[in-house]
Amino acid sequence: MSKELIRLSDLTMTFEDGETILNGINLYINDQEFLTLLGPSGCGKTTTLRIIGGFLTPTSGDVFFDGKRINDVPPYQRRINTVFQRYALFPHLDVYDNIAFGLRLSKLPEKEVDDRVTEMLETISLRGFENRHVTSLSGGQQQRVAIARALVNRPEVLLLDEPLGALDMRLRKDMQVELKRIQQAMGITFVYVTHDQEEALTMSDTVVVMDKGRIQQIGTPQDIYNEPKNAFVADFIGESNILDGIMRDDLLVEFFGRKFECVDKGFGKNEPVDVVIRPEDVDIVPPDQGHLCGTVTSITFKGVHFDIIVDFKGFKWLIQTTDYQPVGAKIGIRLNPEDIHVMRKSGYSGQFGDYSSYSAEYDEIAEGGEDEE
Amino acid sequence: MRNRLLSAPYLVWVVLFTVVPLGVVFYFAFTDSITGRFTLANMAGMATYLPIIMRSIWLSLISAMICLVIGYPVAYCIAQASPTRQKFYLMLVMLPMCMSFLLRTLAWVSLLEDTGIINNFLRALGLTPLPLIRTNGAVVLGMVYNYIPYMILPLSTVIMKIDPRLIEAAQDLGCNNAMVFRRVVLPLSVPGIVSGVTMVFVPAVSTFYISQKLGSTGTTLIGDVIESQFKAAYNPNLGAAMSLVLMVLIFLCVGAMNRFSGTDGEEVMAP
Repeated sequence: MSKELIRLSDLTMTFEDGETILNGINLYINDQEFLTLLGPSGCGKTTTLRIIGGFLTPTSGDVFFDGKRINDVPPYQRRINTVFQRYALFPHLDVYDNIAFGLRLSKLPEKEVDDRVTEMLETISLRGFENRHVTSLSGGQQQRVAIARALVNRPEVLLLDEPLGALDMRLRKDMQVELKRIQQAMGITFVYVTHDQEEALTMSDTVVVMDKGRIQQIGTPQDIYNEPKNAFVADFIGESNILDGIMRDDLLVEFFGRKFECVDKGFGKNEPVDVVIRPEDVDIVPPDQGHLCGTVTSITFKGVHFDIIVDFKGFKWLIQTTDYQPVGAKIGIRLNPEDIHVMRKSGYSGQFGDYSSYSAEYDEIAEGGEDEE
Repeated sequence: MRNRLLSAPYLVWVVLFTVVPLGVVFYFAFTDSITGRFTLANMAGMATYLPIIMRSIWLSLISAMICLVIGYPVAYCIAQASPTRQKFYLMLVMLPMCMSFLLRTLAWVSLLEDTGIINNFLRALGLTPLPLIRTNGAVVLGMVYNYIPYMILPLSTVIMKIDPRLIEAAQDLGCNNAMVFRRVVLPLSVPGIVSGVTMVFVPAVSTFYISQKLGSTGTTLIGDVIESQFKAAYNPNLGAAMSLVLMVLIFLCVGAMNRFSGTDGEEVMAP
């Protein structure tokens, strides 16, 4: 891709109360890249963003911008702008003055300020709202003003801290497309923070999955989804059934006492591994034709598909299917080699991927509880 | 409907002890003290006291401005402090208010008078005593000392409420610390400034005790004149007329300040 723009080198961040928020973050961000920091609340993603923005100084480690160390450069001297969580628009200024704020500070002639603000209002389709008070705007409109206020300065990097967090589902989807379009049209590097995995997969060139102050995996959205590095990533990105297995040989893994062909290699002989099976990859067949046989214990209608929980010898799987399966039915499943993904054991092994305590509400509770870090 | 019922006790109170007395003041202001007939003589009699009214407004405005200049940095520091420290600092600010207003003013008398603590100290050092008491300065000092908490409290409340992310947003867009203050913090503290200035100015302009104790006959304020009309000169009608004029002047001043800040009166009185 293009050249490297930002480099974070061995960043750690420990707050005054002794809590370590970041622990050895190494990351580089390319010019014009759309990079997303993804993770649950408290994982350190916002802290990382605030260090890049200059609002926090790391306890140790360095931040480089275009090859220069910028640890001690204050925010107002960085060629970086931020779209803040819940916008942080200036309540004493109208829409126009909010957007013009940065341009006027850089002492541009008023004519150019006017041209650029007007052009920006066009981009965010808020022409005619110039003199409206920001508090009288809807959430979506405020959000667009916040983006315009940052972008109008033509920064090299735009930092976005959960910018769509306060919007409803539909508006969110529209804005995701809109943001991606703006990013590509203006050729600006975006560093985007979210806890929403779908948002991350939809928009990013690169996804950085974080947990407990460490980077768990860096990769393209496809990599992250198809080749998760550990049980945390597999569970956080989409749904996963994670089983204990043993790698018998290259391309051969054993679980539930049965050997399966797979596409993974390079593990030690008889190495214990985690096996990931995505719920949508499982094919349901009559019991006598299956690799494995189980009993349906619950079924939930999700619109596009059904979530069914199937009990295989006491271990419960989540399977997504478009066919209705009554509770109590015996079904067989088939797994193709590419449906099976093998991961090395990690500190997260055994914590995720078991649907024994699954309930339909579980997802919503987990997502609803998310808030500012 | 229910809300109205809840406010009924206060409504009765206001009618009995504010609206009715105001009516009485009106009546007195426009009637003759002897005949009880309608007259504008009381209003006409005001002209003599115009310099005193102007002086009251002038000294009170100066006091309010001094309170603002001293109080703003204090309020800003309080707003930046940790919550436990905030409580402590606010308590310090309010501490003088727990003592009697009269006592506080008398304490200043014993500090400033010709044979007071300060001048005795100067004499002990062999220096010439200073004419501290019975000056405009002493009156302003008394006003600032007594009313400064009313400046600091609304100001710190308003500054505390400024979202710290707005300050970060300003830094992000290119403001250094001085510009953050001028472009964001100061404009957003305007409601607190208006509120504080009002709360210092209004009681200061109608005060009488401070000028009696710390001032001289040359620093008499309108409050003193009103008091003397009721207590010494036995002309309650003229006193009532002066009260009325003072009230109108205060309304005009408060209205002008609200106009200036673009906020409505409600916000100013309850920050």
